[in-house]
Amino acid sequence: MRFSTMLLAAMVALPLSAFAQDKAARSLAATCATCHGTDGRSVGGMEALAGMPKAEMVRKLNEFRAGDRPATVMHQLAKGYTDQQIDLLAGYFAAQKR
Amino acid sequence: MKRRDFIKFAGAASAASLVGCATPGGAKGRVVVIGGGYGGATAAKYLRMWEPGIDVVMVERNDVFTSCPMSNLVLGGNRTMEDIRRTYDGLRRRGVRVVNDEATAIDTAKKVVRLQRGGDLPYDRLIVSPGVDFNVGEIEGYQAAEARILHAWKAGPQTVALRRQLEDMKNGGVYVLAVPLAPYRCPPGPYERASQVAHYFKHAKPRSKVLILDANPDVTSKGPLFKRAWADLYKGIIEFRGNSKVVAVDPGAMAVRTDFDTIRGDVLNVVPPQRAGDIAVNAGLITHNNRWCDVDWRTLESKAVKGVHVLGDATLSAPGMPKSGHMTNQQAKVCAAAVIELMSGRAANPAPVMTNTCYSYVSDAEVIHVASVHQWDAGQGTIIPVKGAGGVSAARNELEGKYAWAWAQNIWADMLA
Repeated sequence: MRFSTMLLAAMVALPLSAFAQDKAARSLAATCATCHGTDGRSVGGMEALAGMPKAEMVRKLNEFRAGDRPATVMHQLAKGYTDQQIDLLAGYFAAQKR
Repeated sequence: MKRRDFIKFAGAASAASLVGCATPGGAKGRVVVIGGGYGGATAAKYLRMWEPGIDVVMVERNDVFTSCPMSNLVLGGNRTMEDIRRTYDGLRRRGVRVVNDEATAIDTAKKVVRLQRGGDLPYDRLIVSPGVDFNVGEIEGYQAAEARILHAWKAGPQTVALRRQLEDMKNGGVYVLAVPLAPYRCPPGPYERASQVAHYFKHAKPRSKVLILDANPDVTSKGPLFKRAWADLYKGIIEFRGNSKVVAVDPGAMAVRTDFDTIRGDVLNVVPPQRAGDIAVNAGLITHNNRWCDVDWRTLESKAVKGVHVLGDATLSAPGMPKSGHMTNQQAKVCAAAVIELMSGRAANPAPVMTNTCYSYVSDAEVIHVASVHQWDAGQGTIIPVKGAGGVSAARNELEGKYAWAWAQNIWADMLA
């Protein structure tokens, strides 16, 4: 218990290791997969995210957040993620094969 | 025993591997998943996808998956049962061992799941995604009436039977839908169902009525949007009565009783109060009100039994978290990621994120949604909705009708393909 508390403190205080960041990105991207397909490979009717260049996704999500991009639901969901989280998940999708 | 020893070893080694943050050791061992719905199937798939070293066995009593979300469209006559069914072949291709059987007991001390057809399944970690079962005892006469008075709150044979009752009902008949006190599975589900049945009546038997007897004071989800749709599309067809808890049913007289009234109907669709599925009760996983299973939202591990994780509608929902298929799919991924880390002797993600998007069809084509994003809050020790994020549709619309169906195709693939 005490160890895990210390660990938690350490993980919050220190920059994430490359390894942990990979997994954080993977888990964040998995929150999008419910609608946009596993690893962003949509089976249809929703925009595919796999292979989308990182800068493009960050820009689109920021436009959603600002209300500058037409949306039905994404303007509401995009506001729930931090800048760092958007950076991580966009990096993950950019690295996926289309 | 060998597997246990490995886990012990991995646990002991965790301190060193974490501090050094060295080689990511692959997890090994067996995870048994009970239930092949939105939670269980998603967890099974993501475990295999993210950590092929883990042996995953999923126990499911039905041989195919039938979706609760979209099943109201079958009642409205706008989709068929075929449309909302999928096989478990995709999970098998991913190396999940799908066991078509029912888990009847869990020996959490010996770490074994007992199966109805005989045979025990040992596990290193267990994921229980049992859905809900009904507290039928809270409605007098319900148990004896179950052949005639349906809930259809689990998609399957009752969905088909209720559709048949609606088809057989005479023009000018009354369909009564009784809604239990929240929390129950799928908060907007009853109001979508009322809309679907009203849509069918409007076109097929326009003198008929839909009467909603709601134990809650008001519509519990997307209230203004549903009421607007009812006023615009189903005026004179849908009647809503709040604070109308059904306490008894009489299938002989085809009537239901509230504390104040006896109401007759031609089709009685009574959804009883709910709790975590039977297997969660049997295994001692219930922690609150004899109904729900409290979990650590970073891992979905039970607060009652170590090494056992609980997903979905059976959980004691975190603040602002609906009991929905979408939410359960998100929980399953947090759980899968955590189980992999824990089985490798590492700590789970300290800050999980989940989302929910829930579409409701108010007609055959028009849809309304509610959405939210949930982030871990260290101060409160739970996962809570992000303020300023989420929301509902500005108005019902056909574009979201297309997205709703696409949502279904994508989530079914995300859990099963």
